[in-house]
Amino acid sequence: MEAKAPPMERSLFGYIIRYSKRDQLLIVPLVFVSMVLYFLSLDLPKTIINEPIQGKRFPDPESSVAFLNIVLRLPEFLGGDWRLFNGFVLERMPYLFALALAFLGLIVANGGLKYQINTMKGWMGERMLRRLRYALFDHILRFPLARFRRVKSAELATMIKDEVEPLGGFVGEALITPLMLGGQALTALLFILYQHIYLGMIALGMVAVQAVIIPKMRRRLLTLAKQRQLTARQLAGRIAEVSDGAVEIHAHDTSNFERADIAARLGRMFRIRFEFFQRKFMIKFLNNFLSQMTPFLFYSIGGYLVIVGKLDIGALVAVIAAYKDLPTPVKELIDWDQQRLDVQIKYTQVMEQFMVENLAPPEQQAVIERPPLPQQGTICATNLSLVDESGNKVVDGVSFEVDLACHVAVVGRADSGRSELAQLLARLLPPSSGTVTMGGIDITRAPEAVTGRALAYVGSSSYLFPVSVRENLLYALKHRPVREAVYEGEVLREREFQLREALRTGGTSLDIGADWIDYDSAGVVNAEELENCILDVLKVVELEEPLFERGLRSAVEPARSAELRDRLLVAREAMRERLASLDMQDWVERFDPARYNRNATLAENLLFGAPVGKAFDVDNLGSNAYVAQVLDETGLTADLLGVGHQLAGTMVELFSDLPPGHEFFERFAFIRHEDLPNVKAILARVAEFGLTGIDAADRSQLLALPFKLISARHRLGLIDEALEGRVLEARRYFATRLPERLRRSVEFFDPTRYTSAASLQDNILFGKIVSGQADASQRIGELLRQVLEELGLRPLVVKIGLDYQVGVAGARLSVAERQKVALARAILKRPAVLILDQALGVLDPASQAIVGDRIIEHRRSGGIIWVLQRADAAQQARHVLVLEHGRLVEQGVFDELKRNGSALNRLLKEG
Amino acid sequence: MSLEQEVELIRQFPIFSKIAPAMQKLLCFGSERLTYDPGQVMIHVGDAADAAFVIIDGSVEVSVPTPRGTVVVNTSGKNEIVGEIGIFGDMRRTATVTAVTKVEVLRISKDLFMNVVRQNPDAAIELIKILATRLANTTQQLIKSSTAPK
Repeated sequence: MEAKAPPMERSLFGYIIRYSKRDQLLIVPLVFVSMVLYFLSLDLPKTIINEPIQGKRFPDPESSVAFLNIVLRLPEFLGGDWRLFNGFVLERMPYLFALALAFLGLIVANGGLKYQINTMKGWMGERMLRRLRYALFDHILRFPLARFRRVKSAELATMIKDEVEPLGGFVGEALITPLMLGGQALTALLFILYQHIYLGMIALGMVAVQAVIIPKMRRRLLTLAKQRQLTARQLAGRIAEVSDGAVEIHAHDTSNFERADIAARLGRMFRIRFEFFQRKFMIKFLNNFLSQMTPFLFYSIGGYLVIVGKLDIGALVAVIAAYKDLPTPVKELIDWDQQRLDVQIKYTQVMEQFMVENLAPPEQQAVIERPPLPQQGTICATNLSLVDESGNKVVDGVSFEVDLACHVAVVGRADSGRSELAQLLARLLPPSSGTVTMGGIDITRAPEAVTGRALAYVGSSSYLFPVSVRENLLYALKHRPVREAVYEGEVLREREFQLREALRTGGTSLDIGADWIDYDSAGVVNAEELENCILDVLKVVELEEPLFERGLRSAVEPARSAELRDRLLVAREAMRERLASLDMQDWVERFDPARYNRNATLAENLLFGAPVGKAFDVDNLGSNAYVAQVLDETGLTADLLGVGHQLAGTMVELFSDLPPGHEFFERFAFIRHEDLPNVKAILARVAEFGLTGIDAADRSQLLALPFKLISARHRLGLIDEALEGRVLEARRYFATRLPERLRRSVEFFDPTRYTSAASLQDNILFGKIVSGQADASQRIGELLRQVLEELGLRPLVVKIGLDYQVGVAGARLSVAERQKVALARAILKRPAVLILDQALGVLDPASQAIVGDRIIEHRRSGGIIWVLQRADAAQQARHVLVLEHGRLVEQGVFDELKRNGSALNRLLKEG
Repeated sequence: MSLEQEVELIRQFPIFSKIAPAMQKLLCFGSERLTYDPGQVMIHVGDAADAAFVIIDGSVEVSVPTPRGTVVVNTSGKNEIVGEIGIFGDMRRTATVTAVTKVEVLRISKDLFMNVVRQNPDAAIELIKILATRLANTTQQLIKSSTAPK
């Protein structure tokens, strides 16, 4: 169960040997066998040429030779040669084919062996890469928080994602490749030497030249590789900075400054990369030249030796064949060496970033099922101090003792160390000296399983994860997998495989697929109670109302809508009755299959449903083939073309003189300013050739215009009753002939059914708020609320609002809402002590007061340590700590402390 | 009533009568056509002045709060315009306007109105005339009330 933290090694080879020694050793015997096969495959051609081809052992046509007679040559004292197998007796021609087949067999066997070795290397490399990535990520989780101020997140990501990638590839090569290639080169060399000592010496000499000169030339390449890596990482960091600082860039018109900066960086990278490639190709050239040089020597000297009879032709051919194989392993060996140095640099550079002092020990983050949590007693800080990076004492010998459930206010000026004190108490910063105990537990040394559950810290701006509001709230309850997931069949086997691999590479065995939500922590027993508990907490932080609003405006996922459908249909009916009873039924024009809705767009009237996906989106209707067919068949095309023509004329008349970007273009989204000239041109062509004479492109443009037309709102009088009737006809035609493949692209309105693709509010109104009625949307909104409240549906809507996706870092919420979610998250897990570090600062003053009071009320029996921006807010606390320059200058009850001349009094006067 | 009829209507107002037909059309198109029920408040005293109202049908009453209760100071009806002066000064509404009958109006937003005046000197001059008349009236009233026997 334990998440073992893998230790890091400073040297890459140390790391590789430590974690893959066994796997590497398993491959070694295969390599040796492969060497033997290789040697045999070099030797065999000589026999083929000399014996069957040149006929050395076949003095006359009837001679035959034993094939595969295996003789173990032993020294005399062991009994001399020992014949294992007499072999098959073959004539010259069959002997040739037998030998050739044996050669083929050797090649196949060697190939198979290499395949096996490569596969094993691949596994090994991927496992090591996985291990390394996991270990690095584990380090990030254990970084002291101060470290994150100095390293850019994008650079961390690049390092784990890209920079260690080649390391994985290299691990497989690290030991096996030199062994294999070295063995191969050595075998070939030995073979040549064995054939002829001089030729062997020549080959050896050339190899030696290669092995000495090339690495020297490569030294500069290494420096370049290092620079290349650093500049690429910095580029990633800069790009992330630009995206984070986008507001600043636009606000200060510095986009060109950024352009210049990136251009300069790219320029530097270009230089480095260019020099790198230039040198690389130079080395390649030299390498090739040296390799080609040797055959020249072989042909000349070897040829001479054959002519004078000191070497047989078979041997020369075999030597040349063997030499053909020699440069490749030597070159690859040199490549390997290059890669080794390169990867070593990468490894060292990555490690430098991750080797951090004060890394939290792994035990501190161990999974503990039921850690001892402070129940009662006191919060006791003794001589608590914090020295910052520049040596200042930010918190200086603070000691106090209060009851665990006490509401404590911390006040002081901005530089008083109040925030740092809060972070010390929340154990987010390790104290330079001193201790904090809570209910007898030493908080400064307790594992995070204790601090993360007993304490909740909310700072002045909190981070939200890009998931739904609900998931963000539940985040604080996910300390450990509480209920294991049950797998079976194929999924179970996959899980077992993953588990095996994870454990093998030092990963965690904890299953992300398990249920991690700890109901206990929230004080509930099941999911349903938890939902209710969340609703309560939302009310505490005043988030219930905004989520209710969001719920009304969001479409319910089809999966969830099943349970809701009936209840919301009840609401639809109740709303209809309510409007009727107030004589307001005309305020909402309901969707009626048999009537044209003048407050809806022409598109909505035609589809009589909500589009799902892009096919019937209002912007695509004009070009949709099926829609065109419907319009043609029902004779609407000519009508709509006419409407489009008139609309185009009106738009040109009205909007021609408006400046680009005028709000009307947005409000009446028929036409964009940049389209005006084009529309004018179309109108001119219509004037010349008539509506029937223009080409298809012009027609489809005109046809697309009227779909956004809302008769009641735009009051252009373009759709008369006769046309309305024909649209209704087209509506029926559209629905009945809709092809199967488009069935899922539209969800038809049905008074008795819930439309998943439409928002909750639209579903309940089942119609459009009429545009001409003053204050209609506001009053209808109020009525809607009342109805939902009376039907007890409000919580349901809020729960749907909880599914709202908050976006990257919560950007889709307002700053205040983001902070409220963070507060709710902290409250939900029921910490023994809630630490609020100016947590309400971003709320407006009125909400600050309300939310503040509610939090205090909600935590009647739990402790709060509240760092306040304004000292006067401290009067609600039972105990007040006053800080000045990191020292605790006063503490006690607000009313007693505020007397004249006190530090608190001074703070109060400053306001 | 369609856009064409609205254009006919606003053409009768001196402020809008002399501006170009396309501009008149744009003015109507860009405005909201609203219905108020009897008793519904169109303008609240103290609110920001963000629009003028052309009354197409029905009648409204203009009232101001005084220490002795709300006092109706004026009524307006069909083919009259209310709330147009307020939008030229960045001030709050000085009176409340309530629908007496069912009222149909054209609500012209502040931006749109300003735009029309900015581009049409004739409309601006008409507006100045209205202001001058009102100023004269107010002066008269002041004189009357200050010379009246206590």
